[in-house]
Amino acid sequence: MTNPWTDIKNTDLVIVMGGNAAEAHPCGFKWVTEAKAHRGAKLVVVDPRYTRTASVADYYAPIRPGSDIAFLMGAIRWCMENDKVQWDYVRDYTNASFLVREDFGWQDGLFSGYDEEKRDFDKESWDYQIGDDGFALTDPTLENPRCVWQMLKKHVDVYTPEFVENITGTPRDKFLDICGMIGECSAVDKTMTSMYALGWTQHSKGAQNIRGMAMLQLILGNIGVRGGGMNALRGHSNIQGLTDIGLMSNLIPGYLNIPTESEVDWQTYLSTRSFTPLRPGQTSYWQNYPTFMVSFLKAMWGDAATEENDWAFDYLPKLDVPAYDILRMFELMNNDRVNLYFCQGFNPLLSIPNREKVTTGLSKLKMLVVMDPLSTETSHFWQNHGAHNDVDTASIQTEVLELPTTCFAEDEGALVNSGRWLQWHWPGATPPGEAKHDTWIMAQIWTRVRELYRTEGGAFPDPIVNLSWDYADPGEPHPSELAREMNGRALSDVTDPATGAVIVQAGQQVSGFGQLRGDGSTMAGCWIYAGSWTEEGNMMARRDNSDPDDVGMYLNWAFAWPANRRVLYNRASADLQGQPWDATRPLVQWDGERWGGYDVPDIAPTANPSEVGPFIMNQEGVSRLFTRGMMRDGPFPTHMEPFESPMANVFNPRMRGNPVARIFESDVARLGGSDEFPFVATSYRLTEHFHYWTKHNPVNAALQPEFFVEISEELAAERGITKGGRVRVWGARGQVWAKAVVTKRIKPMTCDGKTVHVVGIPLHWGFMGAAKKGWGPNSLTPFVGDANTDTPEFKAFLVNIEPAAEEPVA
Amino acid sequence: MNIDLSRRGFLRLAGAGVAATSLGAMGFGSAEAAEAAQVRAYKLATTTETRNTCPYCSVACGIIMYSRGDVKAGETAELMHIEGDADHPTNRGTLCPKGAALKDFVHAPTRLTHPRIRRAGSDQFEEISWDEALDKIARELKDDRDANFIATNDEGTPVNRWTTAGFLAASATTNETAWLTYKTVRSMGIVGFDNQARV
Amino acid sequence: MNDMANSPTTAVSNPPVQPTEAYFNAGDIVRISATRNVPQPDRQLEKLAKLIDVSKCIGCKACQSACVEWNDTHPEIEENVGVYENPHDLTPNMFTLMRFAEWENPATNDLEWLIRKDGCMHCEDPGCLKACPAPGAIVQYSNGIVDFVKDNCIGCGYCVTGCPFDIPRISQVDHKSYKCTLCSDRVAVGQGPACAKACPTQAIVFGTKADMQAHAETRIEDLKSRGYENAGLYDPAGVGGTHVMYVLHHADKPGIYNELPENPRISPIVEGWKGVTKTAGLAVIGLAAVGATLHGLFSRGNEVEEHDTEAAKTLVVEGRDPDEDPHKGGPA
Repeated sequence: MTNPWTDIKNTDLVIVMGGNAAEAHPCGFKWVTEAKAHRGAKLVVVDPRYTRTASVADYYAPIRPGSDIAFLMGAIRWCMENDKVQWDYVRDYTNASFLVREDFGWQDGLFSGYDEEKRDFDKESWDYQIGDDGFALTDPTLENPRCVWQMLKKHVDVYTPEFVENITGTPRDKFLDICGMIGECSAVDKTMTSMYALGWTQHSKGAQNIRGMAMLQLILGNIGVRGGGMNALRGHSNIQGLTDIGLMSNLIPGYLNIPTESEVDWQTYLSTRSFTPLRPGQTSYWQNYPTFMVSFLKAMWGDAATEENDWAFDYLPKLDVPAYDILRMFELMNNDRVNLYFCQGFNPLLSIPNREKVTTGLSKLKMLVVMDPLSTETSHFWQNHGAHNDVDTASIQTEVLELPTTCFAEDEGALVNSGRWLQWHWPGATPPGEAKHDTWIMAQIWTRVRELYRTEGGAFPDPIVNLSWDYADPGEPHPSELAREMNGRALSDVTDPATGAVIVQAGQQVSGFGQLRGDGSTMAGCWIYAGSWTEEGNMMARRDNSDPDDVGMYLNWAFAWPANRRVLYNRASADLQGQPWDATRPLVQWDGERWGGYDVPDIAPTANPSEVGPFIMNQEGVSRLFTRGMMRDGPFPTHMEPFESPMANVFNPRMRGNPVARIFESDVARLGGSDEFPFVATSYRLTEHFHYWTKHNPVNAALQPEFFVEISEELAAERGITKGGRVRVWGARGQVWAKAVVTKRIKPMTCDGKTVHVVGIPLHWGFMGAAKKGWGPNSLTPFVGDANTDTPEFKAFLVNIEPAAEEPVA
Repeated sequence: MNIDLSRRGFLRLAGAGVAATSLGAMGFGSAEAAEAAQVRAYKLATTTETRNTCPYCSVACGIIMYSRGDVKAGETAELMHIEGDADHPTNRGTLCPKGAALKDFVHAPTRLTHPRIRRAGSDQFEEISWDEALDKIARELKDDRDANFIATNDEGTPVNRWTTAGFLAASATTNETAWLTYKTVRSMGIVGFDNQARV
Repeated sequence: MNDMANSPTTAVSNPPVQPTEAYFNAGDIVRISATRNVPQPDRQLEKLAKLIDVSKCIGCKACQSACVEWNDTHPEIEENVGVYENPHDLTPNMFTLMRFAEWENPATNDLEWLIRKDGCMHCEDPGCLKACPAPGAIVQYSNGIVDFVKDNCIGCGYCVTGCPFDIPRISQVDHKSYKCTLCSDRVAVGQGPACAKACPTQAIVFGTKADMQAHAETRIEDLKSRGYENAGLYDPAGVGGTHVMYVLHHADKPGIYNELPENPRISPIVEGWKGVTKTAGLAVIGLAAVGATLHGLFSRGNEVEEHDTEAAKTLVVEGRDPDEDPHKGGPA
């Protein structure tokens, strides 16, 4: 989220599209009801189903799963055509005026540079025209036909209301009503907030869905302001933290990157990350990349990371593919190329698409280690549960270790919420039986491995034996020690480069990332967390809930990264003179000498607003309507069909799904077509449950006891399905049995002249726990992910459905 | 009464709970010292309070755990109730149907209490000691890494990559667990490293 | 819209952990089932109410969850029968239930998903209490809370008959009647009910009845501004008003909210049934001597007269009002 949950009360229009906030985030949704109560805000819901969020909405419109880009580009077109644009913002705070290369273009659904063989674009033409001075050329009048604004106008021209209706199934009048409400928020005293979640990410073009709305928000001038923003409602309690700390194949804490093989050494690695400004005088804050990277390497390897050995750069692995993400790992398992696999609080048997493939993959491992507070399906993947897990136990040679961990009630530490607040918590219960903290388990495993390398030697032991492990009890580092390590400290005195004065003494915690240095004099495990545990103590444990003037910022509650800032890009809430666009909703402002206000300004405190652009992280100094080569599937979003769709791509019938999304050979063969599987399925969460956890809780199991699917009255009639009856749902990769909820809340749609029926498949059942045994949607979903993130396409795929007389027997 | 009736600095929400004014009007504070014969005994008296965060979604509601026994004092503590923390800026004491039932998640019948192993081809788990389990894991890691570690690629560039072992990190563990996990996984060269951000 | 001055605060406090005096007690009881001449308390407590704003309810069932946790009940894990109501009805272990209705508004052709939290309404004129034959099994406090006293309940089920909202449920395990207590144990220490504390959107709020009525007014005004012309408060006069009230977007049609009664009244049968009659009625149907369970405040003698015994027989066995002339036909 760019903005905190509590800021949603400041909005005038909430658009929930690609999410279901009332069901998935009820207590955050409270702030929508506050906005309605205090500002008379309106709530708009666009969703294939009439959800519980829709039940309290002012306006609801249906949409075909997987067609959001068409809707969003249509909305952008409507705003441009109807002059619903925050012109000052667009001109000065976005790259609308930047000139794009002459060889960039789009046709037949594809941008310039497509290579069908490689399933990839050559992105060279997706760039600005660069002048002799090294800066991008611009046309502040926005009239040059090659400027981003004109290019965008041309790009969205095809998305007429008729086109949108035809692709999305959203009735034209409803689409236009919503455009009208959105358009009002181009006024400086009106803001819209976008609340989205997996309904936008779990598509093969998920990142482009989000780009679409981000662009719309920029055009309306709604990024950086109170009550605005792009608010990704993260799913799990600390998935923000685990992403911040880089627990992904290609990440280093603080959104730094693991090198690739082409970055053969430290200098080459840095050379691609120089991030020099593209316009005069801009901050381009990522120029500090080397500082953060060196501080990270010092946190990892301490004294073994020296200037002479390039800070132990070679201790890091280098990638030969973009990422060994979870889909690739299961592909490799199926190819007998993985031996050991660890699942720490993760239940892939129900979470990863194409369950059959997950099962065969796990069955080929030598050893699976599951650490969890609960007895999961994954740790029991080898156990036969009839139709619910029909495996041949004896033939599965995988050894499984199931290790009991503590849960939240029994441990201590910080979780990062969706609004980037790091909040500390304390234990209040004794762990059951022999359950242990995850920190203990990881330390115990790792110290044993280190001991083996110390005594036996082996393959490249250096990064292991030299790993910094400076804890009072090496067998169980304390959360406070780990938190201090992430914050970072001075290894030798840190001085002010201007005055030479010592600003942090050796051994002291840094108070912010501005105190980090690239010369080895500081260490920080995760630079964006600098300031979370300073010499003043644990900032994440702060509990002062005061909020001057009720703005919703709570600066003294916990700690928010970066730098305790609550609204990202908040500099953009003020105009070129540094004064709030909306005087009734000030956030930060320039007093002629310094920035100040209710939030920590997202700009250098003395940066003159007329000189320094508001988006300080970007090389441009402004935000991007055109993303150059930063995304694999295009600098603008373009409509693409899901990999399994009832329709061909109207731009290019040969194009299946996202033309650059990675799909493995064996999985192409497992895609289904609409002749055999005529109905569009989409998966989702229900408010009574959390993922696959709460089915273990008898209370939540009572509130929603049994697996079901939801269909319209029309589809039920067509297939002879009765309310509460049992059905079989099947697709190209598997089948499930469920109860049928027949509802008016799902209605058939008409797209491209065809009737489209939606089958809704909620996600919370398996074969372990208190609830009735059932299946997850992953028995049906395709093994393909987003082109940029590899997030699986769980939200749009094809199935068939029929009544089933009996509970199946294996 | 030692109940703080005013939440400092809080915006008055459109939804009302027991209004501060209402409490006075209800007669609270001028109560007689009499037992409410018909009313169930108030169950949180003399419990220990601990502040925590709901482990489910990323709203991160503040919760208060009520226990018999005090972990901080080194005692055995049994959780007996969980409620939303009214001091928390985001949730203001509210909880969703998952959060409101957290106590029974902690006490779920399927909580794990002992390390177990399922041996190749077996149809059951058997208990194993922590030491045995950890030694076994360390041995497997060491042996597989030594056998499959890729130190350099064909061009001779150091790549220090280990692809035959993978690690799926969680989504609800603390930052501190995450950092320790990061250090251990990365130091070994594991690249099949992922979390639950996408699902 | 921006004037927040009169808006009440959220749940103002977390539950206390120190031993806490109850602010109301047996001395505040104004009515006792099957008991005449209840001495009236010296003081009148401020009337309380829970307000359920159906238009803000997101049907999340946090109220159900919080209710189960606070009251330590154990609802069964049932099957899915094609609906969102789980459990499928109120039970002795589920005192409150979200009821879901898919309603197509004929005026707009738009679908509305009307979600109503069902449970005890805590009537000012409680039919359950009037119908109850067991002395002291149901009491009403001067703040409006109608509470069941388990030790005195004989499980006869008359309270179910007496309730115009069909709320109480008899346990097949211990043969006692159960329903929402308005969390009297929480209210006694200055807390709101568990459901109101939990409710994420604060669709459920709690306070004095006057405050809740005032709050309802602002909500109704907001709903009217959003096009719900018939938004209104449900506080039915037929039962003397209730201490659980609803804000409805379509207050002119309570029936669309899963058959919320348009004009709830206590059944004339129950109204006609005099307190002592009920005790005798028990004897007629052989439900044990209730007096044995009585003690303390409630151990006032109840004289059973011949007429009462006969009247009870008429009511229980023949199912008609004993004060009605059978030849004139029973009440509708």
